Amino acid sequence: MSQSDTAVEQRSEVVSRDRVVIRFAGDSGDGMQLTGDRFTSETAAFGNDLSTLPNFPAEIRAPAGTLPGVSSFQLHFANYDIVTPGDRPDVLVAMNPAALKANVGDLPAGGVIIVNTDEFTKRNLTKVGYDANPLEDDSLARFSVFPVAMATLTKGALAETGLSKKDAERAKNMFALGLLSWMYHRPHEGTERFLREKFARRPDLAEANILAFKAGHAYGETTEAFAVTYEVAPANLDVGTYRQITGNTALSYGIVAAGRVSGLPVFLGSYPITPASDILHELSKHKAFGVTTFQAEDEISGVGSALGAAFGGALGVTTTSGPGLALKSETIGLAVALELPMLIVDVQRGGPSTGLPTKTEQADLLQAMFGRNGEAPVPIVAPRSPGDCFDAALEAVRIAVTYRTPVLLLSDGSLANGSEPWKVPDADALPSIEPRFATERNSPDGSEFWPYLRDDDTLARPWAIPGTAGLEHRIGGLEKADGRGSISYEPANHDRMVRLRGAKIDGITVPDVEVEDPTGDAEVLVVGWGSTYGPIIAGARRVRGMGHRIATAHLRHLNPLPADLGDVLGRYRTVLVPEMNLGQLAMLLRARYLVDVQSYTTVSGLPFKAEELQDLFLEYLTGVHS
Amino acid sequence: MTAIDLGLPQLGGLDDIPKTDQKLRPADFTSDQEVRWCPGCGDYAVLAAVRSFLPTLGIKRENTVFVSGIGCSSRFPYYLDTYGMHSIHGRAPAIATGLAVTRPDLSVWVVTGDGDALSIGGNHLIHALRRNVNMTILLFNNRIYGLTKGQYSPTSEVGKVTKSTPMGSLDHPFNPVSVALGAEASFVGRAIDSDRKGLTEVLNAAAAHRGTALVEIFQDCPIFNDGSFDVLRKPETKEQRLIPVRHGEPIRFGPAGEDGLGEYAVVQEGFGLTVAKADEIDQSQVVVHDQTDQNLSWALSRLSDQDLNHTVTGIFRQVSRPTYDDMARAQVAEATERTPSADLQGLLNGRDTWTVAGG
Repeated sequence: MSQSDTAVEQRSEVVSRDRVVIRFAGDSGDGMQLTGDRFTSETAAFGNDLSTLPNFPAEIRAPAGTLPGVSSFQLHFANYDIVTPGDRPDVLVAMNPAALKANVGDLPAGGVIIVNTDEFTKRNLTKVGYDANPLEDDSLARFSVFPVAMATLTKGALAETGLSKKDAERAKNMFALGLLSWMYHRPHEGTERFLREKFARRPDLAEANILAFKAGHAYGETTEAFAVTYEVAPANLDVGTYRQITGNTALSYGIVAAGRVSGLPVFLGSYPITPASDILHELSKHKAFGVTTFQAEDEISGVGSALGAAFGGALGVTTTSGPGLALKSETIGLAVALELPMLIVDVQRGGPSTGLPTKTEQADLLQAMFGRNGEAPVPIVAPRSPGDCFDAALEAVRIAVTYRTPVLLLSDGSLANGSEPWKVPDADALPSIEPRFATERNSPDGSEFWPYLRDDDTLARPWAIPGTAGLEHRIGGLEKADGRGSISYEPANHDRMVRLRGAKIDGITVPDVEVEDPTGDAEVLVVGWGSTYGPIIAGARRVRGMGHRIATAHLRHLNPLPADLGDVLGRYRTVLVPEMNLGQLAMLLRARYLVDVQSYTTVSGLPFKAEELQDLFLEYLTGVHS
Repeated sequence: MTAIDLGLPQLGGLDDIPKTDQKLRPADFTSDQEVRWCPGCGDYAVLAAVRSFLPTLGIKRENTVFVSGIGCSSRFPYYLDTYGMHSIHGRAPAIATGLAVTRPDLSVWVVTGDGDALSIGGNHLIHALRRNVNMTILLFNNRIYGLTKGQYSPTSEVGKVTKSTPMGSLDHPFNPVSVALGAEASFVGRAIDSDRKGLTEVLNAAAAHRGTALVEIFQDCPIFNDGSFDVLRKPETKEQRLIPVRHGEPIRFGPAGEDGLGEYAVVQEGFGLTVAKADEIDQSQVVVHDQTDQNLSWALSRLSDQDLNHTVTGIFRQVSRPTYDDMARAQVAEATERTPSADLQGLLNGRDTWTVAGG
């Protein structure tokens, strides 16, 4: 969008756009996440492809009107398939001076700012360090600024409802949503329905919010200020049924589905932690699928109870974020020794320690790989997009149950809260997972049950659950004798058992690497994992669009790595690994394959921007780096 | 927030567990593992008591699970031919909770010690007790760390000289029964390892209790804390000190007096209890044990200080209270009943889908 677009004089001119990025920003209490969610739903219903990035403070209500209290929601939507929430907003909706100040730096020249002028009081300006009102000097001259007295207009629209001024003013986010919905031709039936359901017990508030929404819409339509509206045609996606989904919801559904296709009751033991708590909330709603959720007294009890449930033959699951994973590590080590199936979900956030609870990072990879005492290998699976969290959860459970091992699923904050259209899978077509509980004594002469006698192919041990007569056995954290499973301190046995546990994990069947190398002769390969998929693909598309050749590969399995990965890496002159940590995957690849991997890292708490990676790729493609 | 009344349990602790017609013997519960406690360890006595007690429950052996933490006593599961898990330090109650919630058909036992339960695992213990998950916790209290070779424990006396406290321990000890009562336990009992009859009686009641039952077992460590409970064992001292209590009976102890009951009695003193000579008081003053009376249970637990002067054994408290695992399963059952064939496709679709058709 440029200045000239908005300068067109004719009323209601409709301009077509391929893609738009909008950022709603306001105080934590302004309802910006809700506003963004609703605009996203409208956009999904319209049929655009989309990707979102909520960004909010860890404090529930930071002091009103301050910079730390700013909460924002960015939405990228387009008429083609997109993979990132967008680098820079074309439109910024700023509900107060703090929101303007915190976000205006991300806006490109010519960007549109729609601003709620009611909050631009001297006091509020001073609070965030504005000496002068930026709406009244020329500091915003590079942008198209639309001052709208949203609070006043909302209160005016609701004057007849009998609501208090305070309650009426709270609906100003719906006024903003109405205005933007008008500007981008969004359908609004969904929002009206949503508000009626959300405020089912307070019909007066439901109607007030709908009224505010309509007032915003009408304001756009009737005011001279807005000369242009924009159309973004529906995207041409694969044939199928779609819905909008966040990573945490998709992950929860993956766990429910895993219970269904394995026939195992799901037991989630979890302690609330940002940004993983929504998985606990979501799963607690699905008891009808045989899902039991247990809010434990701490992280250790969360994973311990899941392990106890697994011993009893349930699908034991625990969900957490980095600090919680640290607390769970001893129990995960026990699960490695017990060789019982268990799913551990780590929704990574900024670290170390409490770090940045609401921001994203990928810095738990080495903790997942090595964060236990002794040689305690654990398979690691990482989803690449919000919708992919569903498939990744199913894949993690397949590995856990097939190989009788704890499995770590590494999501992150941007996947957890970000959303995208998701092609809904056919529930009946999901592949089954076979628990194959042991039912017979298995010792060579058939007279005893040996809990550590392994399957020849998978090296998995039998899963014999209490209640099975004749298979009574004891397992524990002490080293076991190979086969028989009784306590053994024998040196050669320990050496053998350590290697067997390692060989079992190394032998897990994972698909070969999918390399995207359209010309087939690229010399630079970009390798990513987890949520960097979007920006890497977007960056690669951009440089390909400029005529460059570049290959990409994305790793879903971090342990074990795909069997052909070494060969793939060896085929390229340069292997580049962008990560949201200080080079953890790069370290693993260098150690494992002796390839001179180039590491590019950021730990800002925010995802890579496509533009940033485009520039990085160009540096490698044009010889700044060789 | 809305509160929902979930009702009282209608069942006993073993009612959901498959019964056996088979005549089981202690030998059936004996695994092939060689028992490796030190000679003279009190754990042997408890193991023998449990092995002969388990067959009397009439439940299937394969539906019995022992979960333990770390410590000498936590080796217990290896020596029983049931299902068992020797887990990690302090975490057995958490592990047992996941098992008990998902498997109502199992008799779940936790074996733990004073360090395992009250130090590293204190948090899991109190939360298991307050939730009232259907399991029995055997807390072996020898007032010392044995497996790490002799450091003081959270139940050791103040001033105790150990390897880590050459000038005497500074920690004020826990009273495990008081801790359990404070954690809202629905069943708290105490027994002495060498008292097979008293121990078996408490174990029986604990197994039959629906909810978390905590049984503290005084137990000797002959290597690092030898004779720590001798005053409760030796005939010349024990009668003055041991106060066995039974629900509904007046609390009298000591050598039998003229009326055939003990020469001492427990009587009220202020808000607490004290000991009096029975023949010096009116018999109406003798406290009658009521295991449902919270204040009485508490006061009984406070009669004994670290000097073991007046040590109550038996069942301090037993009340019927909803169990976490029953309620958790009831919620799943209720949700399943409401939506008998929960539709996975419907869940995945959600309410707002759109279709992209082929062009």
